[in-house]
Amino acid sequence: MPNEFKRHHLELNQVESFYGKIQALNGIELYIDKGEIVTLIGSNGAGKSTTLKSISGQVQPKKGTILFEGMDITKNAPHQTALLGIAQVPEGRRIFPRLTVRENLQIGAFSVKDKKVIAERMERVFSYFPRLKERLEQKGGTMSGGEQQMLAIGRALMMRPKLLMLDEPSMGLAPIIVEQIFDIIKEMNKEGMTILLVEQNAYQALQIADRGYVIQTGSIVLEGKGLELMTNQQVREAYLA
Amino acid sequence: MLQQIIQILPQVIIDGLTLGFVYAVVAIGYTMVYGILELINFAHGDVFMTGSFIGAAVLFFMMSVGFLSSLPSLIVFIIVMAITAIVTGLMGVGIERVAYRPLRKRNAPKLIALITSIGISFVLEDVVRFFAELKTGNYIITSPPLFNQKMTLDIHSVMPVFNKITFQSSFILVFIVTIIMLIALDIFVNRTKWGMAMRAVAQDRETASLMSINVNRVISITFFVGSALGGATGVLFMIQYGTIDPYIGFILGIKAFTAAVLGGIGNIRGAMLGGILLGLLEMFAAANLSTITHGAMGAEYKDVFAFIILILVLIFKPEGLFGKAVVEKV
Ligand SMILES: Nc1ncnc2c1ncn2[C@@H]1O[C@H](COP(=O)(O)OP(=O)(O)OP(=O)(O)O)[C@@H](O)[C@H]1O
Ligand SMILES: [Mg+2]
Repeated sequence: MPNEFKRHHLELNQVESFYGKIQALNGIELYIDKGEIVTLIGSNGAGKSTTLKSISGQVQPKKGTILFEGMDITKNAPHQTALLGIAQVPEGRRIFPRLTVRENLQIGAFSVKDKKVIAERMERVFSYFPRLKERLEQKGGTMSGGEQQMLAIGRALMMRPKLLMLDEPSMGLAPIIVEQIFDIIKEMNKEGMTILLVEQNAYQALQIADRGYVIQTGSIVLEGKGLELMTNQQVREAYLA
Repeated sequence: MLQQIIQILPQVIIDGLTLGFVYAVVAIGYTMVYGILELINFAHGDVFMTGSFIGAAVLFFMMSVGFLSSLPSLIVFIIVMAITAIVTGLMGVGIERVAYRPLRKRNAPKLIALITSIGISFVLEDVVRFFAELKTGNYIITSPPLFNQKMTLDIHSVMPVFNKITFQSSFILVFIVTIIMLIALDIFVNRTKWGMAMRAVAQDRETASLMSINVNRVISITFFVGSALGGATGVLFMIQYGTIDPYIGFILGIKAFTAAVLGGIGNIRGAMLGGILLGLLEMFAAANLSTITHGAMGAEYKDVFAFIILILVLIFKPEGLFGKAVVEKV
């Protein structure tokens, strides 16, 4: 089949992004196919979060293009990209501290008008995270770190996204909770959701990922199947030590 | 002395609540914008003032075509309020678009936006003065009479420790309408989808945008609601106090802003309570300062009294009386 007919779900071509004059991305090349779990690993300051922010529109790339389902979304505002079905669970969870758990979930489905649909989706979220159901009226800011991470993921699921991007969901959490969250990511993927997972916890991320990319100072330096990368000498030394 | 103070207490409370509700509604405009943009929108007091003039203009127009005598006062009042609220609401949206949004896009420091708002304040004052003088030859306007019957409530005969209360019939209107506005706003902010979006944007603008919330639209709605309420309150002020001039927005704006700080800036219910408290304090001081100081200080020192209270509150509770008390985990 000729190449132009094979369209990726998401595609970044030579994306360059800046914070003021500081260049954070130097031409990122990356794609995700429908139904995949793809992980992006790299050390602090490598540009992982900036890559997600460039996709979601929180950072506007100066050069390059981002295509989602063949559509050019490079210049979209964040709310426009969200409406197309890309959800981002931001680094540090970013729960709305003075909204209740219920409101935090409701706001994830902001674009949905039908109250019944919202209620159904909320039930779905409770099936993943029963803990949230017990705490519906609690203020988001008073939840524990792990609960906040569940809420942040639950909030993104309320959008019923086509592509879910998670920025270091394991950060600061106990190993058991991390395990739980990774299990849920796998489960959501089995149900058809495409996932882009940013992690410093490379070992676990590569274990569940179909493919992975390694990013270093704003450029992709390696890509491959999850297991391939895990056995790669360079990766082992830099990220799995 | 105590007996004197008690005698006039019911009157003080009534007058204080009237003024306090006016402060409360205007304070909401400051606190909502601050909550979302961390901007002290100094122009808001002059949106209130412009509202009172627009209301007067509509009222004069209706008088000139004979509506004032042919329609029931309440209908006239509702029409004036509605037109004013819509015009000042749109004006607020326009001010944000033209003056604040471009600064926001360029990430200008907050101080620049503050100076800009002071500039807009002067512009509004001068534009209103220009048109008022053009139309009437004077920038001080006496509004057409509406709801100005004198009423007396004789609580003296029931409870002899108190004096009779006297008020204008417009007082009842101010009382009811401001309470309706406060309750409606509270429901809007806490019970509706766009109200929730407004709170979300105030707490974390970046993340709100990830939830498919159009942040610019939320900001526009905030300015519309705050300015519409402020302008409508200007109409109430005009009806209640009878004369207006282009500078009433300045001192009232500062007091409403004070009320917002008193209640904890950014906290909407706090602003409401802060406004009511400030109105009561001010009226209490106006009525009793001379009695308390044996004539050394008159009613004209009421503002000093009110601001001393403010400073005392802020020394002991810098976050305001009803500041954000939620514990926030990182
Ligand atoms: N708001 C900002 N202003 C200026 N520079 C920034 C900003 N955010 C990130 N940077 C810079 O851009 C580069 C990439 O940052 P980014 O947050 O994408 O890294 P990261 O890979 O997510 O790191 P971490 O694992 O620590 O989260 C870094 O050098 C960082 O200092
Ligand atoms: Mg990061």
